[in-house]
Amino acid sequence: MDIKVHVRESDDDAYVVELGGEIDVYTSPKVKDAITELIDQGHYNLVINLEKVRYIDSTGLGVLIGGLKRVREHGGTVNLVCTNPQIKKIFDITGLVKIFGIYDDEAGAKKALA
Amino acid sequence: MNVTEPSTDHLGTVELRIPSKPEWVAVARLAVAAIANRLPFSVEEIEDLKLAIAEACTICIQQGTGIQTIDITCTATLSALRVEVRDDRYRGRDGNVPKRPSMMAVEGEGLGIFLIQALMDNLEYNVDPHLGTELVMTKRVGA
Repeated sequence: MDIKVHVRESDDDAYVVELGGEIDVYTSPKVKDAITELIDQGHYNLVINLEKVRYIDSTGLGVLIGGLKRVREHGGTVNLVCTNPQIKKIFDITGLVKIFGIYDDEAGAKKALA
Repeated sequence: MNVTEPSTDHLGTVELRIPSKPEWVAVARLAVAAIANRLPFSVEEIEDLKLAIAEACTICIQQGTGIQTIDITCTATLSALRVEVRDDRYRGRDGNVPKRPSMMAVEGEGLGIFLIQALMDNLEYNVDPHLGTELVMTKRVGA
């Protein structure tokens, strides 16, 4: 089981957290650390790219919700990129589609931050 | 002694015991997926099962301070897969602790219980910091 976390700054003052693999109770702390570090550095507009994520559970969702709460305190937001139908279904079931902006590609997610 | 004849559609029972540690949850998830593959579940239904079992194991780990292992019992029939997930405080107690029907889920028991309820066809559970954590869930084929 693996999780890949890659953070990069995009051209338009947003930061992109690109995730790949499986996000569960074992791997979600690594995701949390990456998001927390960005927020601690003062970056409050984030795109989290889940295109390469094969699996996410409630602990992974909890990390995303925690990140969103923190950036909102500073007037920022978190947009997600997600195309996997199974993962989209989890966001639908939990009602998180109403809380996160969920986009089919990174360009759309970044544009919506502006 | 009570002897119960297995029903005619009973395919088999598989028991798995994993350490109560986050790094072992993926093993339970993959094992249950392999068992579910023996039944005519769709790919989507198997993904639902994987997530539900992982959530149940995660609840055991998060609720069970000091527990060492988690027991997972899968009973496959032609039409359904029943999965029982218990932390080691249940061992030897014969499962006599009353379980709550899924409709009685209350707020605050977390996203995990909510997801299991949404993904499975039936759930009964008992999450008690003293008695232990037990979840019994069923997924029917094509439901």
